[in-house]
Amino acid sequence: MSGSAGLGRAVHGLLVSFPVALFSLGAATDAAFLRTAQIQWSNFSSWAIVGALIFGATAFLWSLIDLARFRRTSLDFLYSGALGAACLLGLVNAFKHSQDGWSSVGAFGFTLSILCCALALIAGALRYSGMLDKEAIR
Amino acid sequence: MIRKSALLCGALGGALALAACGQSEKGINEVGPTPDLPGIRQTLVPPMRIAKPVGWGDETPRAPEGFMVTALATDLRIPRQMLVLPNGDILVAEGRGGGAPALRPKDVIAGVIKKQGNTKVKGGDRITLLRDADGDGRAEVRTIFIDGLNAPYGLAYVDGRIYVAEQDALVSFPYVEGQTRITATPEELTRLPSALNHHWTKALAASADGTTLYVGIGSNSNAGERGMAVEEERAVVWAIDRVTGARRTIARGIRNPTALAIEPSSNALWAVVNERDEIGPQLVPDYLTSVRDGAFYGWPYSYWGQNLDPRVRPQKPELVATAVKPDYALGAHVAALGLSFAREGGFGGAFVEGAFIGEHGSWNRQDLSGYKVAWVPFSGGRPAGEPVDFLTGFLTDKGEARGRPVGVWFDPQRRILLVADDLSNTVWRVAPSGTAPAQ
Repeated sequence: MSGSAGLGRAVHGLLVSFPVALFSLGAATDAAFLRTAQIQWSNFSSWAIVGALIFGATAFLWSLIDLARFRRTSLDFLYSGALGAACLLGLVNAFKHSQDGWSSVGAFGFTLSILCCALALIAGALRYSGMLDKEAIR
Repeated sequence: MIRKSALLCGALGGALALAACGQSEKGINEVGPTPDLPGIRQTLVPPMRIAKPVGWGDETPRAPEGFMVTALATDLRIPRQMLVLPNGDILVAEGRGGGAPALRPKDVIAGVIKKQGNTKVKGGDRITLLRDADGDGRAEVRTIFIDGLNAPYGLAYVDGRIYVAEQDALVSFPYVEGQTRITATPEELTRLPSALNHHWTKALAASADGTTLYVGIGSNSNAGERGMAVEEERAVVWAIDRVTGARRTIARGIRNPTALAIEPSSNALWAVVNERDEIGPQLVPDYLTSVRDGAFYGWPYSYWGQNLDPRVRPQKPELVATAVKPDYALGAHVAALGLSFAREGGFGGAFVEGAFIGEHGSWNRQDLSGYKVAWVPFSGGRPAGEPVDFLTGFLTDKGEARGRPVGVWFDPQRRILLVADDLSNTVWRVAPSGTAPAQ
């Protein structure tokens, strides 16, 4: 493996770490809001989701470029799919969280937060499993 | 039908929601004492339509047949509310307040979008005096009357003193008739709630006997989304003793009372109030109401009486049970910012008894509403009949904004209506044509 490829994989891994952490945080702060009705929890969720989207979407685009450039295994497609789905649902959730008061989360927002969290965890697990980019290395 | 479209909106979301859900439906009466209240429509993206500012060019606002409109003064620095002094001099409060910090990504984005519809001029933080002694519709004297204020808005004159509601305090200045500049240090009557100042304007009116000053204080959020801790003594009207500065809260839950005025036949206090956004293009109607002592007008828990706003948690059912309905709906999102009653016969004809309402105009619906001065006819001190357009032309045929009306002031001595326009930074003067006093 060349140095630049190793650096690229490291940066890609760092990018994915943000949606993993921030979508999880968003689900937790949503739960805190629904339990307490303290609006600051919902505000935290809003920023967490936007942060997750910025880094997650960058990682997703990166993965698409890799898919186009190299022959990949189905695990790579699964990774891209999970990350892309997390970003899509996260975008809807960002708009949901822009509503006011209780409507900023509600059942729909919390459901989206949990789905985003689960999808980001799947993508992260695949990313760090060492099972991706197999074709590219060979 | 409404329910179906609400479901559709929820399913489509995103950009589609903008087009599908921001449009108002025909056949829904938005005005008068018993407006129709369609079901709540929340969308993922609130419908936002900002009328692009284009300026007046050679145009002026359009008044009914028999009236003429002139620009009394231009190039002001965000004119808001006005006051005509006993000698006919006109005071114009200029400024922009607020500046609540952004709490969410939405606040950042919405702020940038809404800015597109406003003037780029910096607020004056001052009061300008205009004098049109010859009655030709142009101010031949123009001075900076009081400078160095903090977002002045409401103005009142009682017994040799000028009262100014700044965004954080009610202050007064001694005044001698004919004076064109005041440099005296302001005397503070009372502080006004100013933390955050999401809605910063402080409306002001003096009671008919001059003993009491009423101040309208807007809410610190759209619908309580900054938490209720910051809403202490917000969305209220205060009655302040003019001598002692002692104050009493006479109305609560009155979201954003942007202008106050005394109805001349009953001497009752009336207000125009801006209601909440983002639950539909035809919710909630802004309103004109008498300010009933001790009344709770619902905000944020309920609207137009006891209709619950589901966004507010925890709810307060025992408080909502006491919520009263306002007197008269002006239409959803019209952003009523000006209120002045005709008095002493008004303009005569169809404009003898009633209220002029300055409507700044909407952002939260696809079909623009407001952007005009409306006339609400009164009879026996109460609204009687449909509102009619008095001053229009603030929008072009393409839905661009030439101007946006704010404060209005009917001057019975000179039989003129003044309208402040904070987009073109103009004060317009409307007078019956052909009746200008001889020079």
